[in-house]
Formats: sequence, C-alpha cells, structure tokens
Amino acid sequence: MSCSRRTLLKNAVKGCVAASLPVSAFKFLSPAEARAAVGDPAVRWGFLVDTTKCVGCGMCVKACKKENEVPYDAAVTRTWVERYVITRDNKSHVDSPMGARDGFTDQKIDKLEIAPEDIAKAFFVPKLCNQCENPACVQVCPVGATYKTRDGVVLIDRKWCIGCGYCIMACPYGVRFFHPKYKVAEKCNFCYHRITKGMDSACVHACPFGARKIGDLKDENDPVTQVIMNERVAVLKDEYGTKPQVFYIGLDHNVR
Amino acid sequence: MKNHVLRPLWVAIAFVALIFLARYFLVPSDFGVQGESFTYNYHRKSNVQEWKDFQVKYLGSDVCVVECHSENGESLMASPHAIIECENCHGPGVDHPETEEPAAMSVDTSRLLCIRCHADLNYPGTARAAIPGINPDEHNVDSECVECHNPHNPDLEEM
Ligand code: HEC
Ligand code: HEC
Ligand code: HEC
Repeated sequence: MSCSRRTLLKNAVKGCVAASLPVSAFKFLSPAEARAAVGDPAVRWGFLVDTTKCVGCGMCVKACKKENEVPYDAAVTRTWVERYVITRDNKSHVDSPMGARDGFTDQKIDKLEIAPEDIAKAFFVPKLCNQCENPACVQVCPVGATYKTRDGVVLIDRKWCIGCGYCIMACPYGVRFFHPKYKVAEKCNFCYHRITKGMDSACVHACPFGARKIGDLKDENDPVTQVIMNERVAVLKDEYGTKPQVFYIGLDHNVR
Repeated sequence: MKNHVLRPLWVAIAFVALIFLARYFLVPSDFGVQGESFTYNYHRKSNVQEWKDFQVKYLGSDVCVVECHSENGESLMASPHAIIECENCHGPGVDHPETEEPAAMSVDTSRLLCIRCHADLNYPGTARAAIPGINPDEHNVDSECVECHNPHNPDLEEM
C-alpha cells in the first residue's frame, strides 16, 4: 500500500478528531434518563457541627449505633467523637475510646495522665460522613454499589456491594468500615430513612447541646444554610478537593 | 476463509454472546445512571427506596410525654435535664408504645450513664466545664447516682 504525504496528514487529522471524541458522545440516554439528568433536585442535605458546644457525652454515637443497627459492641461506628488535648509543649493528644460510645469519663488519654496545668487547650470534635460533592469512595467502586443520591447523600447498596474494600481505603476521612454482620462496606448516610421522612438524623436528635444540625443547603432560609453562608465555618481536609458537605464551627488546625 | 479460521471465531462470538446474555439476566433493569454523572450516580435505582424504608427507632420525647408519661415529662422539662431526650437514657422507643405490655424500655441506673456528662474532666473553656462535675472515683463511689439524685429532676435544692 502506498501512502502519499497528503493522505497520511489527512488521516492523522481524522484520527486525532476521532480519538478526542468523548466516549459519552456515543452513549444514548433514554428520555427518562435525559430528563433526570437536566432536572434540578430540590434538596441538598448538609450538616453543621458546632465543636464549641460538644461536651463529649457520646449520646450521638450511642443513638447512631442503635438507630442504624451497627453492632453495639464491635469497634466500628458510623459517627464518632474525638477528644483533642493540646499541651503547653505544643503536642497534640487525640483519642476516641470505642468511638466515644460511652462518652469521655476519664482524664487519661490513651492511659496517659496529663496534669491540668499542662493543658493549653482541649476540645471535642464529632466526625461523620461528609457526603462529599466529589466522593472519592464512589469513584473507586468497581461495581456501582455506592453512589450519590440526587439530594446529595452517598449510599451503599448492600445487595450489590462485593466487599472489596476499595472505598474504605479511598475515603480520606476514614468514615467507611466493613460491616461485621452484612460483610459489606458501611458508613453514615445522615440517617437517610429519617431525613426523607422529615425527621432529624438520630445523632442530631440525640444531642442535648445542639452541637449537631442537619439542613437543606438549597433552602436559603434554612438555619443551617444561614450559618454556613453568614458565619465562619470550615471543612475537613479541603485540600483533597472532595468538597465535603459537613461544616464545622470552631475547627482547630490540630484537627486531622 | 478457511474452516480452521472460522471455527475459533464462532467460539469467540458465542462466548461474547453468552456474556451479554448473562448480563441481561443478572443486572437489574433499574441499574443505570440516575442523575448527572456516570462517575457518581451509576447504581440500582430501587436501592434508594430500600434505604428510605429502613426502620426508624428513636421516636422523640414528644411521643413519650404526650401519650403516657406526662408526669415524668413535666418534671424533666422543669429541670436542668430538660435538654436531654428520654430515649438518650431509656434507649430507643421503637415497638414500645404499640405493645400491650410495654416493658421493652430499659431503665439504666448505672453510674456510667451519668458520668458521660458529669465526670469532671477539667477542660476550662469547653462546654463540658459548664456542666457541674464530680470525680466518679470519689463522689459516693459505692452507690448508684439515682439513689440520691432524681434523674428527672436533679435540682440539688429539691433533693
Ligand atoms: C438523665 C437520664 C434520663 C432522662 C433524660 C429520662 N430518664 Fe426516665 N429514668 C432515668 C433513670 C436513671 C430511671 C430509674 C430511676 C430509679 O430507678 O430511681 C428512670 C426511670 C423512669 C421511669 C420509671 C421506670 C420504672 O420502672 O420505675 C419512667 C416511666 C421514666 N423514667 C420515663 C421517662 C420519660 C418519659 C422521660 C422523658 C420525658 C425520661 N424518663 C427521661 C433516667 C432518665
Ligand atoms: C447528656 C448529659 C447529661 C447526662 C447524661 C446527665 N446529666 Fe445531669 N446535668 C446535665 C446538665 C446539662 C445539667 C445542668 C447544668 C446547668 O445548667 O446547671 C445537669 C444537672 C445535673 C444536676 C444538678 C447539679 C446542680 O448543681 O444543680 C445533677 C445532680 C445531675 N445533673 C445529676 C445527674 C444524674 C444523677 C444523671 C444520671 C441519671 C445525670 N445527671 C445525667 C447533663 C447531663
Ligand atoms: C449518697 C448519695 C449520692 C450519690 C450516690 C451521688 N450523689 Fe451526687 N451529690 C450528692 C449530694 C448530697 C450532693 C450535694 C453536695 C455536694 O456537692 O457534694 C451531690 C452533688 C452532685 C452534683 C453537683 C456538684 C456541684 O459541684 O454542683 C453532681 C453533678 C452530682 N452530685 C452528680 C452525681 C453523679 C453523676 C452520681 C453518680 C456517679 C452521684 N452524684 C452520686 C449525693 C449523692
């Protein structure tokens, strides 16, 4: 086969154009899918944690485990509370015994006694799934068993999950774990069964001090949205680009 | 084309067809992109409803107080413990109000329940420091807290 310079160049251009066409250009959407793709869902769930109000009682953890049938005595939990004690020599001590299921009842941190006069600052930080806008855990799922709902909550399909554990490794916040009973990945879903019925998440409901709040970020008049818009809030590990939807008041730079 | 070329080709085609056939039967019909992106919204649609149908277990103090326990409710609401939900201390109320013989609730009289909030951790500046604290290793060690304090009305004046 002979090939002139002209045909070679022509074909090269054609080839480049073809190669740069996205695969999605060849994907046909059903009318329902197309409608769903353009339609704007009305709700986007977001969470607000006020660390300055948290006393570390762990009622949230207890309620979460019972509400969501997470094995109570297993060392796994959907939400947990961390205690930070920063000493005057600028060392940071962190613990969360059993995820703070029974609260913090002892001054010792990991068996270490810290004298009150050595403490520069101490505080509690509740953690839960951030329901990221760009969830790394969803991207890595090889079977489509975890996904983002249209109102922004990341769910796990227990029937479809094969338990490979990629998502558990991918989450920068460590919120995922292996469910000891169902043998699938598990994590907080803002109590999807409660919020879709107009109730608060179990942890929000249980917190006596108002340290946890859930709201609709698309509703400008929602108290949670108001705080996030008008006050100084922070998110965890912003640098990962996951766009977390759990916002914190009073977050310290020592919090990891 | 010669036969020995075609035969493996048929085998390969049959194999691919088999995969498509298996896929047709194994993948649920509602599996697909349910939203704007393949990356984040590729899933079985009915799973969303499955999660919505999960059973609610914490019913809220209103249910307890309005329906039966107005006495406990009134005393609690007038006390420094008004902010604590009944179910935080008594466990989830699911199945309890509907049952004929409602014995399902737990009455936790252990010291552990109270020291979640009342163990003095000595962290000035935190909300914890604002709660009256005791040292659980020193404050009446041998008794349950509720032998002396009324959990529904812990006011020290009214002890
Ligand atoms: C701070 C934790 C706490 C809260 C909040 C609380 N309780 Fe109690 N409750 C207790 C404890 C502890 C006892 C057991 C008291 C005892 O044995 O002296 C008890 C006992 C009771 C009893 C009597 C049970 C029995 O067998 O004698 C009832 C009924 C009750 N609570 C209802 C309620 C209701 C209704 C609410 C909410 C309005 C509520 N409680 C809130 C801790 C709590
Ligand atoms: C969820 C946290 C929490 C739990 C659990 C809890 N308390 Fe309290 N308790 C509080 C708060 C908050 C106050 C009120 C502090 C204030 O405003 O002065 C309080 C007040 C009290 C007081 C009154 C102190 C005073 O100076 O008037 C007593 C006594 C008390 N609680 C005993 C108990 C006992 C006994 C239990 C266990 C049955 C218990 N508490 C469980 C949070 C809790
Ligand atoms: C033998 C009875 C008795 C028992 C048991 C008991 N207390 Fe007390 N408690 C008292 C008395 C009396 C006071 C008030 C005098 C005082 O401050 O010591 C008091 C005071 C308190 C105060 C207020 C402290 C302050 O500085 O205002 C709290 C909080 C408290 N108790 C919590 C508890 C908790 C939590 C338990 C269980 C771990 C418990 N108590 C067990 C008798 C008891």
